[in-house]
Amino acid sequence: MSNDDKPLDNLPEDQLPSEQGTPEIIPGDHPATPGAVQDTAGLEPGGLADEGDEGAVGRGEGVGEAKEVEGLSQGQIVWRRFVRHKGAMSGLGVLVFIALLATTARGLGPIPGWWPKQPLASGTMIGRGEPSLTLPTWLGGPGFNIGEHPFGQDNLGADNFAAVMAGIQTSLLVMLVLGATSLLVGVTVGALSGYYRGKLDTFLMRVTDLFITLPVIVIGAVLGKLLSAAPEKFGLSLEAAQVIKGNMPLLLGLALGLVLWPSMARLVRAEFLGLREREFVDSARVAGATDWRIITKHILPNAVGVIIVNTTLLMSTAVVLETALSYLGFGISAPSVSLGNLISINQGAFQTRPWLFWWPGLFIILMALSINFIGDGLRDAFDPRTKRIPSKREMDKALAAAAAEKEVAR
Amino acid sequence: MIRFLFRRLLLALGTLLVLSAVVYFMVDLAVDPLQDLRQSTSPQKAELIARRVALLQLDQPWWVRYWDWLSGFVRGDLGLAWKTQEQVTSQLQDAVATSISLVLAATVLALLLGIMVGIVSALRQYTAFDYSITFVSFVLYSLPVFWVAVLLKQFMAIGLNDFLNNPFLNWPATIIAAVVIGLFWAGALGGDLRRKLITFTAAALITIGTWSFAVYSGWLDAPAFGVIGVAVVGFAAAIAVTMVFAGMNNKRALYSALTTATVGVAMWWAMQWFWFYYAMDIGWILGLLVTAIAVAMLIGWLWGGPDRGVSMRGAVITAIVIATMTFIDRVMQVYPIYFQAVRGRPIATIGAQTPNLGGDFWVQQLDRFTHLLLPTIALVLISFASYTRYQRGSMLEVLSQEYIRTARAKGLSERVVIVRHALRNGLMPLASIIPVDLVAVIGGAVITETIFGWSGMGRLFILSLGNAEVDPVMAYVMITGALAMVANLLADLLYAVLDPRIRVNA
Repeated sequence: MSNDDKPLDNLPEDQLPSEQGTPEIIPGDHPATPGAVQDTAGLEPGGLADEGDEGAVGRGEGVGEAKEVEGLSQGQIVWRRFVRHKGAMSGLGVLVFIALLATTARGLGPIPGWWPKQPLASGTMIGRGEPSLTLPTWLGGPGFNIGEHPFGQDNLGADNFAAVMAGIQTSLLVMLVLGATSLLVGVTVGALSGYYRGKLDTFLMRVTDLFITLPVIVIGAVLGKLLSAAPEKFGLSLEAAQVIKGNMPLLLGLALGLVLWPSMARLVRAEFLGLREREFVDSARVAGATDWRIITKHILPNAVGVIIVNTTLLMSTAVVLETALSYLGFGISAPSVSLGNLISINQGAFQTRPWLFWWPGLFIILMALSINFIGDGLRDAFDPRTKRIPSKREMDKALAAAAAEKEVAR
Repeated sequence: MIRFLFRRLLLALGTLLVLSAVVYFMVDLAVDPLQDLRQSTSPQKAELIARRVALLQLDQPWWVRYWDWLSGFVRGDLGLAWKTQEQVTSQLQDAVATSISLVLAATVLALLLGIMVGIVSALRQYTAFDYSITFVSFVLYSLPVFWVAVLLKQFMAIGLNDFLNNPFLNWPATIIAAVVIGLFWAGALGGDLRRKLITFTAAALITIGTWSFAVYSGWLDAPAFGVIGVAVVGFAAAIAVTMVFAGMNNKRALYSALTTATVGVAMWWAMQWFWFYYAMDIGWILGLLVTAIAVAMLIGWLWGGPDRGVSMRGAVITAIVIATMTFIDRVMQVYPIYFQAVRGRPIATIGAQTPNLGGDFWVQQLDRFTHLLLPTIALVLISFASYTRYQRGSMLEVLSQEYIRTARAKGLSERVVIVRHALRNGLMPLASIIPVDLVAVIGGAVITETIFGWSGMGRLFILSLGNAEVDPVMAYVMITGALAMVANLLADLLYAVLDPRIRVNA
């Protein structure tokens, strides 16, 4: 029973709209396009296919694009488009800034950071524990100053800045581990399923359905509970319990990665189902390539766009999911610090110490938002149908230039 | 068709069975029912542990316990929450209804708003409006539900309650709101600079005017639309619906919508009388809604002419709007009484209803609404973003198709091109995203229920998992799983009905 005769199973259930219905245009199958367009037609099928005739005379949509990408590799084109995406670049900037701030402040592993205070270690209260961070004068503040406790103190006098930085580190670690895990599992399942089809596909897709049926947070809560209850329940030695507690972010990232892979598997499978019918796969097979070689060297590179975009989106889900689970008490708990856990501990003090609520929340949103923007930029960069839209000013300028040229010619 | 349904149902049942086994194993592994006893210092510690092991059959392997649970489950016995010694069936009774009302309200609202904003955003692609909507939806998409919920509960609710106790006009906030609303409408309606300026000014002035009227006239102390409010909204809806779905040239459609609006407004008085003499319940209300729809269909059919369907559709939408307005108006009429009863804190932050409130059907309804308000906002904010993004994408996809170009080329009006050619096809992919999103909303409900103290299924799940009670957790898993299966099946069927290219013959 192949999936081709069950159209309902092929619904684009978790594909985002801009990825669905990508026209299956086979290079060389569309009308011959002369000149510059010809060179890039194979790279840019969607955007150029119906612009063939006009392309030669340098008018119509997509032509400027064709000239621009002349002689560039796919990777270079994608990179250029990505760099041009303002939202993605600002997202990348913010994310890098947050990551650098958190790693340098707290240090990485054995390397100590520049911030001396420890999270959740009680200290002497200064005032009511208000944040000592002040705005620079040009923003209406009394001048930029970090002070003793830039993000304030909690009711025990513990430094909030150190806690938030530690929480960010946790979030980033969970995000990376989760992304890598679900990338690995999702791509493997999707590739096997889409390439071999048949019984294996049916089986793997049933397994995928199983995971999609329950909300992620439910499975995540069960797994988180398992991680926190395991040492005592199975009577593990103290050292083993310590190891589990200390590496909670790593383990949670792994566990959640094993829950979040189905969306990736479905997308990769859909991509493989389409790609495996293309001529280059046939020719590779005729040339005697093994299945492994076809999958890794011929099909996978063509599916890399979908995979990268989806991994990014999974990572932004990861940040929110990890904090939500920690908030509910099924994720990361002391001695590890999580932003969600910080909010959960301090939500009762919202009226008296609002900064304990605002700062962790702000960083969760900033991280998720910047990753989402990066994902959006990557999607646009990988999508051959994306066209560069000149701004009104650029259009006016170009029109004026064209008019002037005409005048001169006359 | 029957074969397809049968196969899918069997498949769903099989998936549920496997799901139950896998989840049972995982939950059984994760929970530790002996945790409190391990740390106990009681002299009979060993005896207590032995007793609990016997009670929960912990000496048996997990599949024995699973088999016991499963054989109970198929006979309709959902088991026992051992800590409280409560039957899961009785625990679930209110929880299911509570959760479903929360999830349903949020999903419907988010869908309506998300689709509308998404479509407009697609039609105004690459304008400042489109970019702003994209940015806002990205921000909403990145918001953690629990953070929003805590913010709403600890911050918004208090401010809102204080405001309702002592309404005053906060000029800076009002002007900012008016500017934002003005910009929204100017961007959404589009046109040249002059038209945008007119739209902006009109929308901003209407906002300031309505709001200051509401504050200064004491309307906020006894908010109800009255017959004037219902009439204004009703006729506006009639005209808007005709403009969008039929075009003002279709006089029969216009007249049937207007007739429906007139009848609806007349029925407002009839309803006040009716509701004064007869006690209501939810069945009655639904019956009245169905009656209103039937009457509207009749009106549309009578005005009909050759294209009856369009007139009937317009009339039905108008009728639904007016009926809903009349219902909300009646609920709002009890607001002063309710305000007294809850001692001036009408916006609730805990639970799904005020305990021991008493009062008639209308007071109960208002109480439900005030409790639904904040959790629904939290859930809507988040799924609204994904619906907007999705609808925008699918609409853009459709708008770039050849048949849209053809439709424009043969001289159809822009309204017909968008509503009849683009919208219908642009809505189709949504049928496949709703069930997936429904699962996500149920997941989000776990968090909102916990924060707002709703005794719904999600909270039951969290509490039971924390209490190491396997049976309630399994009940939650089975109900959620079944719900997801049904939603998926419905979506597939809906898709097959909407898209003739898909054959249902598996």
